[in-house]
Amino acid sequence: MTSTDDNLIEIRELRFAHGPRVIFDGIDLSVPRGKVTAIMGPSGTGKTTLLRLIGGQIAPDAGAIKVDGLDVTGLDNKGLYALRRRIGMLFQGGALLTDLNVYENVAFPLREHTDLNESLIRALVLIKLQSVGLRGAQMLMPSELSGGMARRVALARAIALDPMMVMYDEPFAGQDPISMGVLVKLIRELNDALGLTSIIVSHDVAEALAIADYVYMISNGRVVQGGPANELADSSSEWVRQFMGGLSDGPVPFHYPARDYAEELLER
Amino acid sequence: MTGAIQQLGIDTLNSLARLGRRAQFLLQTLSGIGSLLWRPGLVVAQLESVGVRSLVIIVVSGLFVGMVLGLQGYNTLVDFGAEESLGVVVALSLVRELGPVVAALLFAGRAGSALAAEIGLMKATEQLDGMAMMAVDPVKRVIAPRFLAAFIAMPLLAAVFSAVGVLGGYVVGVEWLGVDGGAYWSQMQGKVDLYEDVYNGVIKSIVFGFAIAWLATFEGYDAQPTAEGVAKATTRTVVQSALVVLMLDFILTALMFGEI
Amino acid sequence: MNTRATEIGVGLFVLLGLLALGFLAVQVSNLSSMGNGDGYRVTARFENIGGLKVRSPVTVGGVRVGKVHAINYDMHTFEAVVVMDIQPQYTLFPEDTSASIFTAGLLGEQYISLEPGGAEAILQAGDQIMLTQSALVLEQIIGQFLFGKASESGDL
Ligand SMILES: Nc1ncnc2c1ncn2[C@@H]1O[C@H](COP(=O)(O)OP(=O)(O)OP(=O)(O)O)[C@@H](O)[C@H]1O
Ligand SMILES: [Mg+2]
Repeated sequence: MTSTDDNLIEIRELRFAHGPRVIFDGIDLSVPRGKVTAIMGPSGTGKTTLLRLIGGQIAPDAGAIKVDGLDVTGLDNKGLYALRRRIGMLFQGGALLTDLNVYENVAFPLREHTDLNESLIRALVLIKLQSVGLRGAQMLMPSELSGGMARRVALARAIALDPMMVMYDEPFAGQDPISMGVLVKLIRELNDALGLTSIIVSHDVAEALAIADYVYMISNGRVVQGGPANELADSSSEWVRQFMGGLSDGPVPFHYPARDYAEELLER
Repeated sequence: MTGAIQQLGIDTLNSLARLGRRAQFLLQTLSGIGSLLWRPGLVVAQLESVGVRSLVIIVVSGLFVGMVLGLQGYNTLVDFGAEESLGVVVALSLVRELGPVVAALLFAGRAGSALAAEIGLMKATEQLDGMAMMAVDPVKRVIAPRFLAAFIAMPLLAAVFSAVGVLGGYVVGVEWLGVDGGAYWSQMQGKVDLYEDVYNGVIKSIVFGFAIAWLATFEGYDAQPTAEGVAKATTRTVVQSALVVLMLDFILTALMFGEI
Repeated sequence: MNTRATEIGVGLFVLLGLLALGFLAVQVSNLSSMGNGDGYRVTARFENIGGLKVRSPVTVGGVRVGKVHAINYDMHTFEAVVVMDIQPQYTLFPEDTSASIFTAGLLGEQYISLEPGGAEAILQAGDQIMLTQSALVLEQIIGQFLFGKASESGDL
């Protein structure tokens, strides 16, 4: 266990449920400063939910979430917004503003939070767009982008304000191998060059492991495995081996909890 | 039986919760309007989509309603030899009732539904959440300008509706049916009172504008973030707006013109 | 983004709305004939004002010269006291002008008609019109008519 100061995010005994459905049943998790931490787990385990909890968009039922020493659950609106200014987030769907074009989407946080003049904003926007390879698409509307492109624009927007931390929800989904490679490199470089802390939520085992310093695996509301990425790769845990190897058979069920299959089929 | 009673209880609590959310939402929105003083551009952009784009339907409908009033009014009045009062009939109907009410119904269908759908879709596509995560309050940035624009546009549209309607009545009554033009205007001016009729009509349209702005933005904001949820929010906006406008109209009419 | 065109469009929209409001105030309503309260007031007493209301018109020879400002009831004389606002440009009514309450058309609204007399002295602000004729109440007329018929036939 590292000391508190080295961790940007500390989550202790986190519990959360959507109505009767328990998503998190006591999670402990630390995200070290300046590192890339990957959070992996099967679809529907609550990875997106975890990011929302960290961002203070939803409140946990129990437990503590500390970001940069601040207790997210105890913050008032003002404190929360001040904290969020220092956090960039890439949404799973991109969440681009559909009435603004690509350029204006990336410029949005700059216009809202800074008094920079137009030429500075332009320079910043073009730099960010160039880094995701979409400077040429600046005049397109979000509806004219492919899913992968939209996510890259959202990435450019997430880093527009040079945050202390960026949370990426599925940055690799829908990317072709070329842009995937570029993105992996980009996230790593951004992290190291700007001294960011990055959290990546992903199913893409190879990419996530290639880029992450630390990895947490979540399943059934608990952290199954957590630690430095290189240690995880040769983990002896059956669960980890199943997930990494993409095996359908193992401790992780592929199916959402259900009644007995044969029984339901033969019913009536 | 107990099931039904239980359901009734749940429904009641749900509607109460909804009412509470409504009130809270209104307070948030109103407190967000102050910050728009520094960003008038946001309101102007919304006035374009809420106001300017409702203009055609308002002008065309106003013209036809005025023409129908001219025709019907003439046919009724001519039997009493009172067709000179046509201007009064047309103007009073429009200024007191039809202008604010019909304009509000059209406005709810044209602009209110669009507002609810737009906000609901922004919610469904995580745009509102995304904004909040960028430390931009969506109520201030998205809701408040739309609310204010709808609130401003409604009385202006109602006035345009009434004015165009009076002209439509003039065209039918004076140009086509031969009522004396001087009588049309002078009788109208003699009978239509600035305070009692025109001001009260404007007050009605302001109240309707407030109600529609509130309903539409709330329904969008409170929508389930799915295609079905957005569709429901849009429908609810139009239906509720129509009912609320007619109910408010009755209350306001009773207060303003009722015998004391 | 065509901000400029949007701004101009919205500007035109607001202008049009305000013009419509102005049109309703000036061309449709009685703003032009309100006289801003710088007219003068006279009163008249009636036994029965029928359906006369505040803001009912006051006319002379069919021309609208003012409106009813207030209607009170005098408990001592059992009369209705009607206060009229006459527009400033209509002065020089003789002192013995009379006021009657008529009905416009068969079922129309009631209004006060002033009938100038022949006196030299001029009606001043605050004066009272002495000669008045109450409203004709349809039920009374019909009642009298029937009563007359009845007594006629009784004579026979
Ligand atoms: N509003 C909600 N109401 C009820 N249940 C919800 C709601 N939102 C999410 N859930 C449930 O919470 C669980 C976690 O959802 P979440 O989106 O966090 O999953 P995820 O790990 O991000 O999955 P994926 O990898 O597919 O994106 C899901 O099983 C989902 O059914
Ligand atoms: Mg997810």
